[in-house]
Amino acid sequence: MGWRPALRPYLLIVPALLLTCGILYPFGLGLYYTLFDFSASKPQPDLVRLENYTTVFTQGAFWNSAWVTVLYAVGAAAAETVLGVSVALLLHRSSLVGRVLEKILILPLMIAPVIAAIIWKLMLQPSVGVVNHLLRPVGLGGVQWTDTPAGALLSSIAVDVWVYTPFVAILALAGLRSLPTSPFEAAAVDGAGRWYTFRRLTLPMLWPYVLVAVIFRFMDSLKVFDIIYALTEGGPGDSTVVLQIRAYLEAIRFQRYSFGISYTIVLWAVVYLAAMVLVKHLGKIQRKAAEVK
Amino acid sequence: MRKRLLGWLADAALILYFVFALFPVAWMVILSLKPANQLFSTYFSFSPTLDGYRTVLGDSEGIPFVRFFVNSLVVSVGAVLLSLLVGLPAAYASARWRFKGSENLMFTLLSFRFAPELTVIIPLFVLYQKLGLFDTYVGMVWVLQLVTLPLIVWIMRSYFADLTPELEQAALLDGYSRKQAFVKVALPLVKPGVAAVSLLAFIFAWNNFVFPLILTSSEAQTVTVGALSFLGGDRPKYNLTAAAALVSVVPPLLLALTIQRYLVRGLSFGAVKS
Repeated sequence: MGWRPALRPYLLIVPALLLTCGILYPFGLGLYYTLFDFSASKPQPDLVRLENYTTVFTQGAFWNSAWVTVLYAVGAAAAETVLGVSVALLLHRSSLVGRVLEKILILPLMIAPVIAAIIWKLMLQPSVGVVNHLLRPVGLGGVQWTDTPAGALLSSIAVDVWVYTPFVAILALAGLRSLPTSPFEAAAVDGAGRWYTFRRLTLPMLWPYVLVAVIFRFMDSLKVFDIIYALTEGGPGDSTVVLQIRAYLEAIRFQRYSFGISYTIVLWAVVYLAAMVLVKHLGKIQRKAAEVK
Repeated sequence: MRKRLLGWLADAALILYFVFALFPVAWMVILSLKPANQLFSTYFSFSPTLDGYRTVLGDSEGIPFVRFFVNSLVVSVGAVLLSLLVGLPAAYASARWRFKGSENLMFTLLSFRFAPELTVIIPLFVLYQKLGLFDTYVGMVWVLQLVTLPLIVWIMRSYFADLTPELEQAALLDGYSRKQAFVKVALPLVKPGVAAVSLLAFIFAWNNFVFPLILTSSEAQTVTVGALSFLGGDRPKYNLTAAAALVSVVPPLLLALTIQRYLVRGLSFGAVKS
C-alpha cells in the first residue's frame, strides 16, 4: 500500500478543491483589480496600489454604509433571536395549536428573500397597500413605510425578521428537544418556580444552540443584499445603502469596477474575521455546555 | 385555573405570530386573483379571476416568465448534480480520515457560506464577459456551486461521521475495494441524507438572487430576477407581480414540506444535530 492510504483523502477532496479554486481565482483576480483604477471609462488602468482602499476609508459614504449595515445586522439578529426563541418556547409547550402550527413554521424561510421583499413592498405601499388599509381604522392609515429614512430601515429589518425568525425558532426548538430531562425533574422536586427554572436551567443549556442561530443570522445580515435591493434600492437618500448595495452601485451601476470590489473586500475581511472569532467562541461554549450535562 | 389561562395566552401569542407569518402569503393569493380594475378599490371583496396567472404564464407583457422558470430548474439541478459529484467524496474523506490541514480545508469551504457574494461576482462579471460565459447555463451552474457545494459537503460530512467505520471495514475484509466499500456500503446508508441535502441545496440555488441578477441578462435569467421585472414599467401591475411571486415559490415550498424532518441539520450546516 505504501503511500496510497496517506494520499487517499487528498485525492478524494481534490475535485471539490478544484471547483473551489474556480471561485478562488476570480476572488484573487478581484483582489488584483483593486490595485488598479479599473473602470468602464478607463480600459487601460494605471497601477494605483492601495489608493482604492484609502479612498474607501476616507469616504463619508463608506462610514455611512458601515453604520447602516451594523444597525441592520444587529437589529435583525436581535429581533430574530428574541422572537424566534419565544416562538420555540411556545411551540415546545406542545399544545394542540402548537402541534398544528409547527408544521407550517418553515414556510416563510423557504421563500426567496427577494420574493419576500417584493411581497412586502406591495403590502407596504403608502396609499394602496393592505397594511395601511388595515391600520386606517386606528388612525395610522398614512404611514410612509419605505419613503422615510427610519421607516425604510425598519421595514427592511421587518422583512428580514419575517423571513428568518423561523430559522432561529427551528434551531432553538431542536435545542429544547435535545435538553436532558433530569435537571428539570430535580428542579421540580426542589419546588423551583417556572421563572427560576427557565432562567437557571432552560436558558443556559439552550444558549449554545441559540448561539449557532445568532451567528448565522448576524453574519448573513452583514452581507444583506437582496431584501434591500428589492425593497428600497438603498433609499430614500443613503438611508439603507448597506455595504453590498454600495459595492453594487459603485461596480455595476457606475461601472467603477475596482473601486466597487475594494468595498466588498473590506466587507469580506470583516465577515471572515468575525466568523473566525465567533466559531472559536462557539466551540468553547459548546464544550462548556457538554461538561454541564 | 391560572394554568389554563396561561395556556390560552400562550396559544393566542402563537396564533398572533403565525398570522404575521402567513398573512403575506395569503394576501398574495388574493392579490393574484384580483381583476386589474379592482386592484385598489375593493380590498377583500372582488370577483376572482385567473387572468393574472394567464398573463404571467402566457409570456405577455414582454416578460418570458415560463422561460425564467425553466432556466431556474436547469441551473439549480445542474448545480446540485455537480456539487454531489465532487462533494460526496470530499465529505466522505473528511469524515473518515483526520489528515493534515483537514480542518482548515473544511473551514475554508464553510467560509464561502459567509463570503459576501459580490466579492466574487464583480470579478466574475468582468471575466464572464471575456470568456463568453455571461448569461449562459454553464456560467450560472459554475457560480451556484458557491451556494450548493459547501452545504452538501458540510452536511454529508456529519452523516458520514455518524456511520460506524466497522461496516466498511467488514466489507473490506470481504474483499471489497475501498471504492466499492464507499459506493456499495457507505453511500446506500446515507441515501436519505443525500436526498434531503440535495433538495435543500436545490432550494438554496433556486432562491438565489445576486448571481443571476449580475451574471445573466435574458437568456439564462431565473425566476427570482424575473419576478422583480413585473414591478417595473410606468403602471404597477400588482396582480401580475403577486402571481409571478407565487408561481416562483411553489417548487421550494413543495420540496421544503417533503424534507421537513431533515431541515434542521441542513439549515445549520450540521452544527446542530437533530
